[in-house]
Amino acid sequence: MRRFKTIVLLTFAVVFLHSCSLDFSSKHLKLLYWQAPSMLNPFLSSGTKDMEAASIVIEPLARYDANANRIPILATKIPTIENGGIPEDRRSITWHLREDVVWSDGTPLTAHDVVFSWQYCTHEEAGCTAKDSFRDVEQVVAVNDHTVRIDFVKPNPFPFGPFVGSICPVLQAEQFKDCLGLRAQECTRENFYPIGTGPYIVDRFRANDTVVYRANPRYREEDKPFFRKVVIKGGGDAPSAARAVLQTGEFDYAWNLQIEPEVLSSMRESGKGEVVTAFGSQVERIMVNQTNNDASLDSDTRSVFMDGNNPHPFLSDLSVRRALSLAIDRQVLVDIGYGIAGEPTCNVISLPEQYVSKINDDCKIQDIEEANRILDEAGWVRGTDGIRAKDGVRLSLLYQTSTNSVRQGTQSLIKDMWQQIGVETELRNIDAAVFFGSDAGSPDTLQKFYADVQMYTNSFEGNDPSNYVEGWQCENVPGPHNQWVGVNISRGCSEEYDMLLETLSETFDPAQRIVIIKQLNDMVVQNYWEIPLIHRARVSAKSNSLKGFELNGWDSELWNIADWYREE
Amino acid sequence: MLKYLSKRLLFAIPTLIVISFVLFALLDLAPNDPTGNLPQTIPPEVREEIRESLGLNKPFHIRYFKWMQQFFINEPLNLIEEVTGLEIGDSESRLRVRSWLTRSPVVDLIIERLPQTLWVVGLSYIVGIMIALPIGVISAYKQYSWFDQIGTFISMVGFSVPTFFTGLVMILIFSVGLSWLPSIYDTTHVVRDLPSLWFQIKQMAMPVTVLAFYNAAQLSRFMRASVLENLNLDYVRTARAKGLHDRAILLKHILRNSMLPVVTMIALGVPTIFTGAIITEQVFRVNGIGQLLITGIQSADIPLVQSLSFLFAVLIVLFNLLADVIYGILDPRIRYE
Repeated sequence: MRRFKTIVLLTFAVVFLHSCSLDFSSKHLKLLYWQAPSMLNPFLSSGTKDMEAASIVIEPLARYDANANRIPILATKIPTIENGGIPEDRRSITWHLREDVVWSDGTPLTAHDVVFSWQYCTHEEAGCTAKDSFRDVEQVVAVNDHTVRIDFVKPNPFPFGPFVGSICPVLQAEQFKDCLGLRAQECTRENFYPIGTGPYIVDRFRANDTVVYRANPRYREEDKPFFRKVVIKGGGDAPSAARAVLQTGEFDYAWNLQIEPEVLSSMRESGKGEVVTAFGSQVERIMVNQTNNDASLDSDTRSVFMDGNNPHPFLSDLSVRRALSLAIDRQVLVDIGYGIAGEPTCNVISLPEQYVSKINDDCKIQDIEEANRILDEAGWVRGTDGIRAKDGVRLSLLYQTSTNSVRQGTQSLIKDMWQQIGVETELRNIDAAVFFGSDAGSPDTLQKFYADVQMYTNSFEGNDPSNYVEGWQCENVPGPHNQWVGVNISRGCSEEYDMLLETLSETFDPAQRIVIIKQLNDMVVQNYWEIPLIHRARVSAKSNSLKGFELNGWDSELWNIADWYREE
Repeated sequence: MLKYLSKRLLFAIPTLIVISFVLFALLDLAPNDPTGNLPQTIPPEVREEIRESLGLNKPFHIRYFKWMQQFFINEPLNLIEEVTGLEIGDSESRLRVRSWLTRSPVVDLIIERLPQTLWVVGLSYIVGIMIALPIGVISAYKQYSWFDQIGTFISMVGFSVPTFFTGLVMILIFSVGLSWLPSIYDTTHVVRDLPSLWFQIKQMAMPVTVLAFYNAAQLSRFMRASVLENLNLDYVRTARAKGLHDRAILLKHILRNSMLPVVTMIALGVPTIFTGAIITEQVFRVNGIGQLLITGIQSADIPLVQSLSFLFAVLIVLFNLLADVIYGILDPRIRYE
């Protein structure tokens, strides 16, 4: 009996050890998203993860490559004034569709699909995430089967909002024709299994868990894609996702890994994969509240902009704001919290290169002495506790951000730096879903800004910051009058800025526009409405055997998945 | 007994209604927003429209009654239709409880996830029980022996070390170090033949072990205490005086009596199999019910969280009742009137 047991155990051990080497078919591509895709219709998605997972299947007319250039996808070429795609008055844009593109069900792609996608997204009750891409769009017209014209209500210097980038792709009209408006919510099958033109087709969709794709045999480029099957697995957290690529080698690619640099670099030592970064428009910044946020004020006054009549007790003083910026050592923040995933920056527009202003770069060097001098000069005197005060107002700040270990690390570093110039800081962090949510009933959202300063990352869609610079207009200040809807979070408001913006809207010469946009950036930064800290990169991990991969900071990270292949 | 049972069941109805109301109110008051995970580039006006399309801006009582109608009338009807194939009324236009995250019916999401949760968490519960009972009995019988000391130590460790820690340690040893076992659970894996069964065993090994260890630690302490209590009772002394063998006393007399509270404990713990093991599922990416709940909470998916937590409440109420019934059946001295 005992001998029998030993034999059984030994057999098991042998079988076990034999099958230990984890073998993966080289024809399968395995991607790991620690936030699992919830649906594959980007127009109804609840986060970037859904848009990325959908970008494998459904495509826009054009998208951005890794260098922020527009490249045609479903269109034959990018419309310009020279090739006649954009008329001199800039009130429309005409796209020509590729005639060799078919949907994965075999039917041809037509201009009708593009028109339908516009109707679908702008339908009143749809709740479409890409609606802002269609701002100022008067109508989308199918000129013929393969030509589509988008008309704007006024001359549009940047007509590449609609159908450019993964946020705003083309849906198949036939499939979604019964899913307009409120009915969009009930089209589960369509939202889970959209028919697309991309390199892969959805094979199996398990919401918030796994998506399995298979190669699209009708894909327009011959011999592509190179994998037979693609799997996106979701769930867990970023560190364990990094581990699965870099240490165990179970997956080929892991998305969005904002982890402390020392953790990431220790994982890299296993040599199974590499960490890749790509810079886009993301800038981590501190917003400086220009209005009084005293807790004793009522909800109609607290942090409400009243044409300058409700100023912040001390942050309305430019010298204080300047001193706060000067006291920060941005390189230290990068070294400790970001590593290769960040660079110090002094601008709210830090890419594309032609829009980047060069005159603010001295902020990259910390200057405590100068900061102290400015505060002394402005009459802020250190008290017995080392904290500066003037006329009974103490330089004591409430500094809030979202809950995230890198952000909390940055907060405490900055607290120490501000301590050195006699500014007291109280730290607070709020759950991301609350802080970034815009529930008008919650006091903790970034729009309410019930704090003196707050920190988070902001960016802009596409490669043109035209819409982004409109954010700092006086009329965009959130408050009770507009249900706290508005993007001018720091409540900085100046006539000069609004006038320059007016000039921008009447300027069509590209070089001239760049000059003005740079000036607008300088006004935001030199007024210290916002204190830019770190130009952030996307960070992902890929296995060594995965080739053809190029990380993109401007579009879906899976933008060129058709070109990915494996080399053992 | 029947009268008692029907009385308890009737009493459960108002309890559950109150629970559903409290859950709904709590979720409604919680400061959370389903548009919170969208990219920063999406302007607040668009977010407002998204909330509108989800029906979030309707008054509280309307949303609550709508949920009640969908959950208690529409969903059961739908389930009956699916099982029997009959069509009751206008099933096309019947509104279902839909998740805001996926815009798909919540019940379908739950059904899709039940298998892996039941397999992993259920198996770990059974394994846990099978380990815990013998250890508990032996450590009580041989109190203060080496076996007991080691058993106590191990169960203290299992009791006090959280599963996310043991899970991580196991991943570091078996996946990163030895690369024997996959650290990520494949929910689409289908068992067809022996090699695929072997893969299934391998991918279940770590999550099941971690959870079984945790369950066993609690239960074995309970079993030990219960046996110890019985060991010194009069009936054991009588049995010894009759000249019965130790083994017979332990297995026939003591075990039966000391199992009473343990069986109740086990029955009370069954709902936790369905609720999933939130943390362990997250660590190994088993993506069962627990992970569904966490995803729902993180993205303020109120219909999903409300329906799931209400289902948990139903299960807990039911298994409490079941535990009482089992107790009555096992112990004839207890009579419910």
